Amino acid sequence: MTIISSLTSSKLLKAFVFCGLVWTALQTYIIHSFGFDWYTALADGIISSILLSAACWLINNNLRYYQPGKGSYINLLIWCAALAAICMTGSRWILPFINHDQIYVNFISQSLVIRFFTSFLAIGWMAMISMIWYSQLDQKENEKRKTEAEKLARDAELYNLRQQLQPHFLFNSLNSINALIGFKPDEARKMIHQLSDFLRGTLKKDDQQQVTLNEELQHLNLYLEIEKVRFGHRLKTEISCDNSCGNAIMPSLMLQPIVENAIKFGLYDTTDDVVVSIRGEMEGNYLQLMVQNPYDPQTSRPRQGTGFGLSGVQRRLYLLFARNDLMETHANDNIFTTIIKIPQL
Amino acid sequence: MTRVLIIDDEPLARMVVKEYTQQFDQLEVVQECNDGFEGLKAIQQHQPDLIFLDVQMPKINGFEMLELVENQPAVIFTTAFDEYAIKAFETHAVDYLLKPFSKERFNKAVEKYLAQSSTVNAPKETEKLLEYAAQSPAQHERIVVKTGTKVKIIPVADVQYLQADDDYVSVFTHEGSYLKNKTMSFFEQTLNARQFVRVHRSYIVSVSEITRIDPYEKDSHLAILKSGAKIPVSKTGYIKLKQVLGI
Repeated sequence: MTIISSLTSSKLLKAFVFCGLVWTALQTYIIHSFGFDWYTALADGIISSILLSAACWLINNNLRYYQPGKGSYINLLIWCAALAAICMTGSRWILPFINHDQIYVNFISQSLVIRFFTSFLAIGWMAMISMIWYSQLDQKENEKRKTEAEKLARDAELYNLRQQLQPHFLFNSLNSINALIGFKPDEARKMIHQLSDFLRGTLKKDDQQQVTLNEELQHLNLYLEIEKVRFGHRLKTEISCDNSCGNAIMPSLMLQPIVENAIKFGLYDTTDDVVVSIRGEMEGNYLQLMVQNPYDPQTSRPRQGTGFGLSGVQRRLYLLFARNDLMETHANDNIFTTIIKIPQL
Repeated sequence: MTRVLIIDDEPLARMVVKEYTQQFDQLEVVQECNDGFEGLKAIQQHQPDLIFLDVQMPKINGFEMLELVENQPAVIFTTAFDEYAIKAFETHAVDYLLKPFSKERFNKAVEKYLAQSSTVNAPKETEKLLEYAAQSPAQHERIVVKTGTKVKIIPVADVQYLQADDDYVSVFTHEGSYLKNKTMSFFEQTLNARQFVRVHRSYIVSVSEITRIDPYEKDSHLAILKSGAKIPVSKTGYIKLKQVLGI
């Protein structure tokens, strides 16, 4: 990108110099045609062109870093006029030094108005070209940024999907269905329906969506029912929530990873019967959700900080509410507790 | 008659294997086990010829369980999804079944076993597989050892130092020491090199346990641990140690 832009800017510089030379030649020729010698005409042409190019360069540079809004075109016009006036004044004071001849000095004063307007037109022209050029560059940059942002969002979404689908869970569930088909076809059928509903739920919901606690729990129950079929009597769940918080709002699929985590360390990594409990209550303006699971400190010790891979949940809470204090975890007496608080807006 | 053991933490998964084995008159399922601990006991008790073994199980996984078995029987692994395990199986051409598997696929695996059972020495192949599997990230954080009839899981963070002991390695923790039938170079390769340094031909030490390093005889040093243990440090060991400690 930088290579391309430096390439085009060097092209721009060449064009600029070329225009300056043409302008000098033209002015020299015009002055000469008024009857002045070539030396005077050339000096006049060069000095005027240098002043003019300086002004053009200034306006071009200004516009590179600052694009005027719709209302401030008048400012640009004033700028062009001011620069043209400076060019004119410059010519008025410098040119008499190259030729003291009274005829030439008179010619300068008489031509000041026309010099002002040609300068004004040239600077205005330059301003217009610069404006179009740089706004186009800006637009390209914006588009690039936009596609990049979109790509990032898509990647994140795909990543989430992969996380949610959990191949291990999926294939083991299919294996359980395979077992049930032989001797309990009705249960196999039921499990297929639960699994499809669960998968549909994960695919449908997007991260930004807000759902009620009841909806989230409904989705969670599908998952827990499947795990209960897989592990038989070993898994028990206790879900309790006050009547008041059933309709509380929360980001969708926020509870899911916490419960998956509880299952992972509570059920996949222990050999006894396991109770995973989920409790919801209102605390002032917050919906507080608490998930508890037993764990074995011998085989899976909580890592430092947030505990077992719950950082995704914490990250999401931070992105949504710009706060880092909405999740806490405790590990004691072989019970791991995760608490999240969701602000009710 | 081939004596078969099924080890899997999901009852329905065991049921599938059991159902499929019933087609073979030569296969007799002697026991079904819920986890690696039960599996170890059952292997000792029944001395089976063939095990169907799930990889992902509570507490100790299938690989870790096999490490603790002395006379290894033939194994057909079953797993739902574990990239690392599958890579290990492919590398060592050990038969494995991906759940859910068909009856045909299962039969093929069993027939292959029945055809080979009299000739091939499966244990050697399994040993190589286990060495490969031990390098999986999941197994870096703990060392599984057997003390008498019990299985002990040592979190790597609890290890103070390791000492070579003939064909074994002694693992020292604050609770005592445990024997593991692995080599020093095995531990040197699998343990985190920023935490564990081989300071001597016969010693690997946990850097965070060291309280001071004293000069000792010519060209060698002694590392004094928090526990009071004194570990000899060779000349090359001292260079490695200085590198890790950044001095």
